[in-house]
Amino acid sequence: MHLEGRNIGFRYNKSDWILRNFNISLKEGEVIGLIGPSGCGKTTLGRILAGYEIPQEGKVTLDNIPLPTTGIHPVQLINQHPEKAVNPRWKMKKVLDEVKELDEDILIALGIEKEWLNRWPNELSGGELQRFCVARALSVHTKFIIADEMTTMLDAITQAQIWNSVQEIAKKRNMGILVISHEHNLLKRLCCRVIDLSI
Amino acid sequence: MNLGRKNISMIKINNIKLSIQKKLNRRQRTLVITIVAAIVLTSILVGGLLISDQRIATNFEQKNLSPSIEHPFGTDWLGRDMFVRTIKGLTLSIGVGTLSAVISAGIALTLGLLSATMGKWMDRFITWLVDLFLSVPHLITLILISFVLGGGMKGVIVGVSLTHWPSLTRIIRAEVMQIRSAEYVQISRKLGRTRKWVAIHHILPHLIPQFFVGLMLLFPHAILHEAAITFLGFGLSPHKPAIGIILSESMRYLSTGMWWLAFFPGIFLIMIIRGFDILGENLRLLVDPHNAHN
Amino acid sequence: MLSIQKCNEKTIRMNNRAVNNDAKSSNTDRKTVDNSTTPLLNVHDLSVSFTQYTRGLNQKELKVITNLNVSINHGEILAIVGSSGSGKSLLAHAILGILPANVIISGNMDYKGVSLIPKIQAELRGKEIALIPQSVNFLDPLMKVGKQVRSSVNNGNATKIQRNIFQRYNLEDKVDHMYPFQLSGGMTRRILVSTAIANEAQLIIADEPTPGLDTGIVNETIRTFRELADKGCGIMLITHDIETALKIADRIAVFYAGTTVEIAPVEDFSGNGNNLRHPYSKALWKALPHNDFRPIMGHQPPPNRLPKGCLFAPRCDKATVECHDILPKASSLRGGMVRCIHAS
Repeated sequence: MHLEGRNIGFRYNKSDWILRNFNISLKEGEVIGLIGPSGCGKTTLGRILAGYEIPQEGKVTLDNIPLPTTGIHPVQLINQHPEKAVNPRWKMKKVLDEVKELDEDILIALGIEKEWLNRWPNELSGGELQRFCVARALSVHTKFIIADEMTTMLDAITQAQIWNSVQEIAKKRNMGILVISHEHNLLKRLCCRVIDLSI
Repeated sequence: MNLGRKNISMIKINNIKLSIQKKLNRRQRTLVITIVAAIVLTSILVGGLLISDQRIATNFEQKNLSPSIEHPFGTDWLGRDMFVRTIKGLTLSIGVGTLSAVISAGIALTLGLLSATMGKWMDRFITWLVDLFLSVPHLITLILISFVLGGGMKGVIVGVSLTHWPSLTRIIRAEVMQIRSAEYVQISRKLGRTRKWVAIHHILPHLIPQFFVGLMLLFPHAILHEAAITFLGFGLSPHKPAIGIILSESMRYLSTGMWWLAFFPGIFLIMIIRGFDILGENLRLLVDPHNAHN
Repeated sequence: MLSIQKCNEKTIRMNNRAVNNDAKSSNTDRKTVDNSTTPLLNVHDLSVSFTQYTRGLNQKELKVITNLNVSINHGEILAIVGSSGSGKSLLAHAILGILPANVIISGNMDYKGVSLIPKIQAELRGKEIALIPQSVNFLDPLMKVGKQVRSSVNNGNATKIQRNIFQRYNLEDKVDHMYPFQLSGGMTRRILVSTAIANEAQLIIADEPTPGLDTGIVNETIRTFRELADKGCGIMLITHDIETALKIADRIAVFYAGTTVEIAPVEDFSGNGNNLRHPYSKALWKALPHNDFRPIMGHQPPPNRLPKGCLFAPRCDKATVECHDILPKASSLRGGMVRCIHAS
């Protein structure tokens, strides 16, 4: 599996280009970091790779085939704010049921407790909610993960808990991960190489 | 003496109120008020439907009586019992109000959904339509439509239905747009869910409570406007026991000192409208998660 | 009925007057209090509970902050570190007196030796005590930012003061006329800080001022805070990010499940964390990416499932029978505070 973005250019309406002639390549089993000042297009790149935005120039391919526009997406994006990523009117069980073919093992690996499934989103802490968002992104169809500031809002222990589980699952399934973060130390710990957008 | 007793009873009522406030939390109070309002409204409705027309038959032996135990609201110049007439009139008003509020809310739901989902041009057109209707005073459009349709029941219902949808349309359009752009809806699409699935599972459940609250809050408007155009003579025909008719007829007799002809029906109209208003407001409070714990 | 109401009003008014008098006399007290000995802010044994609806119509009490102690001196930056749901932001809101109506508070909060009753909180809020909120959402989206900062100036020439502050933070003239949506993340941060400085606040409470910002802006914000502290302000920095706290704070208070488990000088967070007093602080330190990155098991208990004894006991490898029975009292240890019977 090989996720590739070639000559990507993106802008909103007629404003300045956020990204231009940008190339990125991510292979299965690879963990790459992405760092850069705010407003440099990190988040936009993540959204393009996960199919949320369509670039005006260039294209994103998976094994040289364009990304699908319908059906479950092989590249899953996990955001900074889990409370925005779940329907506030759904219990957590329903949130998980939204994705088909989810392994039970993943819930255990992420430390999701059975009893949390019966709670509403506002009854869980940010760390607990983020585990659900991670679990939801890890269905059997997922080949790549984009973690956009996934643990920025979490304390050190929860951050380490989540990343340790994600690393383990990714290794087992040979998934590729793009870690978007502003924390050098975290990227140093997780990634085999880091792309710096400020240069 | 009399006043003194009144004072005491007022204080008693106040004390009861206070102790109720202490014992019940806000949510329980809201529920009690809602139930009381609902009971008052349904009993008027049921009463109006059950009381036979004979009770308001003309009876010249008993004309122009002031309120008494036998005729709590007095009688009019044809000897008809005003209490029965009022209840009947209100029932009719509630019926007409319900029908037009439901139609109006239906229009609002359809247009709101179309506006939010069918692209830029549809949105512009519907927004323009909403602005157009809101820029003209309700009552004038209402009179116009009712007049064109020749007045009567049909004119009133169509008129009220066609004039009360714009603000609810706006709310529904905004709600749908907001949910459509919500992160969790975008994620749902990337988890392989179709547009239809998203509409049924994410958007609709969010909309239903909003819709019912909107519908509830339309009632008082619809009823009031029905009464208003009937009062002005563009609405229901004069032989119907409508509240607007009662009020406009009583105008002629007010100067002769027959105050009860307008007073009781007027008070009851206001009560009904407040009743629906309270129901709608409380429903909104219970549905709104922002003040869930206050 | 009317007369009764009037009577009530009168007594209420009288009560208010009494409070007013208190406030006045305490005002004069405030001036005589010596800055060097009294802490700027002292929170003692604070507990906060909410009444919540459980199912349908029943209410119950939910304890979110338990016996919390914390103090800030003039010129000091105190970082409050803890995970989400540990009660950090609630402490800030309690100090400012902006908690919702369904709250029950016990314990003492003293500002410059004066008890923070609601009346005084309202007086000081946004003046002597300022909040730097988390997000741009707290700015008025329809007002130019220059005007927003000017509107929070209490004394002196608003325009001049606002211009001076903007100059100090390298905000050009044209920024005055920008709307919040036109600002970059760093500029927003500087504007929010400017608002707090414009009214010459003595105690600044910054709620998560840096998450998701890049290193440049974080350093800039930190520099700003240091400058303010050096001028004598007390700063309470609330964050979940221990690394930011380390860069800036003099002391760090570690929050867990609604209470302070440890207050330590910043130097203690170093090496393998052996200078730290509480097992939770040690675990937090060890879980950082540049340390072990090895987390401890388990989760912080939610307010409705607090354990009976030490709040950390269920996750603690040092826990003994006593730990599960009683909540340890706060004790001072090696120039800090700790809530653990095994600490040495």
